[in-house]
Amino acid sequence: MSLLALSNLTIRYGRLSAVRNVTFTLTEGEILFITGPNGAGKSSLLRAIAGVTPPAGGRIDFAGQDITGRAPEDIARMGLSMVPEGREVFGSLTIEENLLVGTGIHAATRNWRSRAATELEAVYATFPILKDRRHSQAGLLSGGQQQMLVIGRALMTNPRLIAIDEPSLGLAPNITDQVYERLIALRSHRALTLLIVEQSSTRAQLVGGRMILMRGGEILLDGDARAMGQSEAMQAAYFGYGEH
Amino acid sequence: MQTLFDALSLGSLYALGALGIALIFGVMRLVNFAHGDVISFSIFGLLWPSVDAVAIVFAGELPWFLLIPFVLAMGAGLSVLSEIIVFRRFRRANPATMMIASFALGFVIRYFLLMLFSSRPKSISLLPALSQPVEILGARIPLLQVITIAATIAILFALTAFLKRTRFGLEMRAAAENFTMARMLGVRANRVIMGAFALSGALAAAIGLILAAQTGTVDIQMGASVMLMAFIATVIGGLGSLPGAVLAGFLLGAASVVMQTVLPIDARPFRDAFVYGAVILVLIFRPQGLIAARGTKERV
Repeated sequence: MSLLALSNLTIRYGRLSAVRNVTFTLTEGEILFITGPNGAGKSSLLRAIAGVTPPAGGRIDFAGQDITGRAPEDIARMGLSMVPEGREVFGSLTIEENLLVGTGIHAATRNWRSRAATELEAVYATFPILKDRRHSQAGLLSGGQQQMLVIGRALMTNPRLIAIDEPSLGLAPNITDQVYERLIALRSHRALTLLIVEQSSTRAQLVGGRMILMRGGEILLDGDARAMGQSEAMQAAYFGYGEH
Repeated sequence: MQTLFDALSLGSLYALGALGIALIFGVMRLVNFAHGDVISFSIFGLLWPSVDAVAIVFAGELPWFLLIPFVLAMGAGLSVLSEIIVFRRFRRANPATMMIASFALGFVIRYFLLMLFSSRPKSISLLPALSQPVEILGARIPLLQVITIAATIAILFALTAFLKRTRFGLEMRAAAENFTMARMLGVRANRVIMGAFALSGALAAAIGLILAAQTGTVDIQMGASVMLMAFIATVIGGLGSLPGAVLAGFLLGAASVVMQTVLPIDARPFRDAFVYGAVILVLIFRPQGLIAARGTKERV
């Protein structure tokens, strides 16, 4: 069943268009990488999906509902959680407080307090380092720990889909490995759907799954990450020869 | 002893005012110049419209435990209403536009009061029992001053507990640091902003209550002088930083009172010039404020 569907999505900043007529669907349980060079429109796309930047045209459907132009909090409450570029931890809050911000989503349901506690334990089980330091300020964490914190923070909202913008940004390769290891494990035992934006395609080819290659606001390729390999079109996308 | 209490009670007013401004700035990046007029409004809410010199207090017969919530609700209500009617439409506007809108709103409130009550100061007797002096360590301190200080401390503790211990407080702190991120975690923007406005309005009303009880008069400009100092306190404290606003409020109160006593008699009329001079010095050496707030770049 398709969980997320974009049709003819266009995003503009003033007169500049960042994304043009992008269409794709994402099936429940799938892992999708969106890759492409700087300025391909990857982050803009995620921000539109999360409701931060309203699109100039087209339509976004999530879990069978039209979410185009809905407020970010409504979209989050429907089960689409966004981990933005640069991670954006709440630096003055403690780690535990960071994790708890998103549990307001369950506040309407009865027993949200015990439910939040259960979620918290689950996140701590996945990322023990966060439990050890739960009362220290999140701003003091290392980049890798912050990345784990924001993934944990997204999990606390109990989402169906997590969209992550450049999880490897500024991380050492072995730390990136750890982050991905947890993500893949989470995906399988929580039935999560993952939408991951990365600049380079190497990670997608390592992990496997589907990959969409963007350039100049448009989709160039859409297919299996490993099969795409080092195709000519990929070279063209990154190094700029070819018809574009 | 007397000086200490003077400094603390004046500082309390500034601190409460600065807190009200900082709360709204924190979540909305709005410098709310209408705050002073909310102070006046909440106290005039107790009066029948008239141009007489003696206020006709329709709610004056209320016992204190009803009077105080009534005034606080008046401030909170007006503040929330101004958010819904005015500021909500400026969410995506730039800060300068919002600031001008708040100026305009302040004038609308002030002229509304002028229309109903005229600009004549009115004498009012609120909680007269509080003007009795009490003796503390050999000094005679007006009971009201003691209560002002105690109430401010109580408010500060309650606010801290609210922000640290409740889920709504947590959402407000997260939103103050990074509003967009908080929303992406499902925090409802309108609720948080309305909460901040309600708190800020209630704080303004508390100031109005204290001022009216202290001076025994009300006039439609009464909020203005406290507000100027409170604004300065929020800036010195580090815009958006709540502890900074409180600290700077008390410092400004202390500076005013201390200068009043230590300056040579001839210089005392120019006390404020010295206080503002000190403000300029602080800003030169710490332009980011005493306690810099985090994440002041993000906005709704």
